[in-house]
Amino acid sequence: MRNRREVTALKSFRIVSLVVGGLFLLGLPLWTSQFISYLMLTFFAYAITVIGFNLLFGYTGLLSFGHALFMAVGAYTAAFLTSKFSFHYMEIILVVAVIVASLLAALIGAICVRYIKIYFAMLTLAFGMLFYTFLLKFYYLTGGDEGMRVLRPYLLGFNFSEIPKMQFLTGSYYLYTFALLAVLTFVMWKIVSSPLGLCLKAIRDNPEKAEYLGVSVRKYRWFAFVISGAYAAIGGALLAPAIGQVDPGLTYWTHSGTLVFMTLLGGFENFLGPLIGGVVYIFLQDKVMSLTQYWRFIFGGILAFIVIAAPGGIAGMISSLVRRRKS
Amino acid sequence: MILSAEDLHKHYGEFCALGGVSFQVYEGEFISIIGPNGAGKTTLINVLTGLLKPNRGRVFFKEMEITGIGPERLSRLGLARSFQLVNIFPNFTVLEFLMVAIVSRLGKVKNFFSSLLRDQEVTEEALVVAKLFGLDEKRDMLTKNLPQGDKKMLDVASAFALHPEVILLDEPTSGVSTSDKNKIMETLVSASKKIGIKSIIQVEHDMDIVFSYSDRIIALHQGKILADGAPEKIEKDEEVVCTVVGQKECFKIFRAVLNREN
Repeated sequence: MRNRREVTALKSFRIVSLVVGGLFLLGLPLWTSQFISYLMLTFFAYAITVIGFNLLFGYTGLLSFGHALFMAVGAYTAAFLTSKFSFHYMEIILVVAVIVASLLAALIGAICVRYIKIYFAMLTLAFGMLFYTFLLKFYYLTGGDEGMRVLRPYLLGFNFSEIPKMQFLTGSYYLYTFALLAVLTFVMWKIVSSPLGLCLKAIRDNPEKAEYLGVSVRKYRWFAFVISGAYAAIGGALLAPAIGQVDPGLTYWTHSGTLVFMTLLGGFENFLGPLIGGVVYIFLQDKVMSLTQYWRFIFGGILAFIVIAAPGGIAGMISSLVRRRKS
Repeated sequence: MILSAEDLHKHYGEFCALGGVSFQVYEGEFISIIGPNGAGKTTLINVLTGLLKPNRGRVFFKEMEITGIGPERLSRLGLARSFQLVNIFPNFTVLEFLMVAIVSRLGKVKNFFSSLLRDQEVTEEALVVAKLFGLDEKRDMLTKNLPQGDKKMLDVASAFALHPEVILLDEPTSGVSTSDKNKIMETLVSASKKIGIKSIIQVEHDMDIVFSYSDRIIALHQGKILADGAPEKIEKDEEVVCTVVGQKECFKIFRAVLNREN
């Protein structure tokens, strides 16, 4: 048990760390290469996705193996609006992506949350693969395996088409995505600290008891599913202009597996764990891919190590180290 | 009449767990359901609280049919239960555990962005319940680290935190040392008075507890009601007592009754 002074000190330490970390990320493009900033940009998009994904996995106890579906919904919304309708306002793209993904998540979620554990995982995987087939086969609409181009969006109504692509991505688009990550992380923190967050954890730990205490288990699982779907759509919509081209691979089950990997790597029991997992995954993948073509083999080994030796992920390892030092 | 069971039947394949159980519960009653293992006591509680749907028969609560409507809706109507085996959220603190019941009772879950820690009403109510059950000093302890007796108490306390009108307690003193049993029962009775619980129904094996605290006893045997009446009436019915508690316990009870009457 901690006394009040310790709690306040810990809280202040966390706030200071977050502010320092935020300022560091904000100023990163000023002193690093464009490539590093670009990798960070893709991390921001994945970070939004995994922080939403962890509401479902870490907080509610439902492991989805088809969550990349909603990322693809966001990415294809950006592609459709910019290249088919010549509509470039990023804020509207994000709103449309959230609406489409939420509607789809509401529908798929209503079916999936009736099941738990392996059945839930398999159902979500099946829906992900259904969407993959849809994107692949309806080529006149989606461009099939070639996918679709994503044109440069306007940010807050400003057109940046005169600026070179990398400069745009690592400049204004970097700041825009980072701001959204900061806001959405704060919103998620509010959700997990609210009575809903408490009820989701209760459902994860013991759904039968939660139901006897008046918690609408199925309804709140569905809420978590829809919220996490909306987060993934924002992540996908932000990733799309960064990669410039969307294709059905975005919803393939291995991409859903990447989201699971990032979350496990960072630690699903910690609020910021998935973010740590996301940044480590992206930079590690870049490093390992440049060293060997068998990078999946190495990543498989890392995943096996984490599941066996450090189920709490990197965040779990850090906290146990801190605890050991204290004692 | 606050709760009534009409001709409840429940079968598990060939096995008949409940074979036509009917009874009424009135306001202010403390009812104990007794019976040997396999008599259908827990099945009866599960059917009454909507966890199981009966094959036949109906359950009414405050004149509304509640057969199989499920625990969540029942808790909102004012019927709560605790479990025979400790049923907790292992990674929660004591206070968080009680807060789950309180936020759902107060309908606070729908506000996604309200801070739980800053909600004085929820915290204070959780503390009141924790205090009633002697758990206030352990409020920040993780429930998985509590001693067995406290875990049992917390499970019961969370049901009380719902402020139900009727509470069903499935062996509230099981797994607790004999010396603690009376303490738990005293706590339960006093907490129910403070919270305003109208009726208590408990399943209990300990005959000392049953005869000391009940206004009425329902004896179940092979899924049917063997006897239903005041403790003074039941304890004199040799057939009922011997069927329900076994020969050895039976003689003990009769010796106690005889001693008292002499």
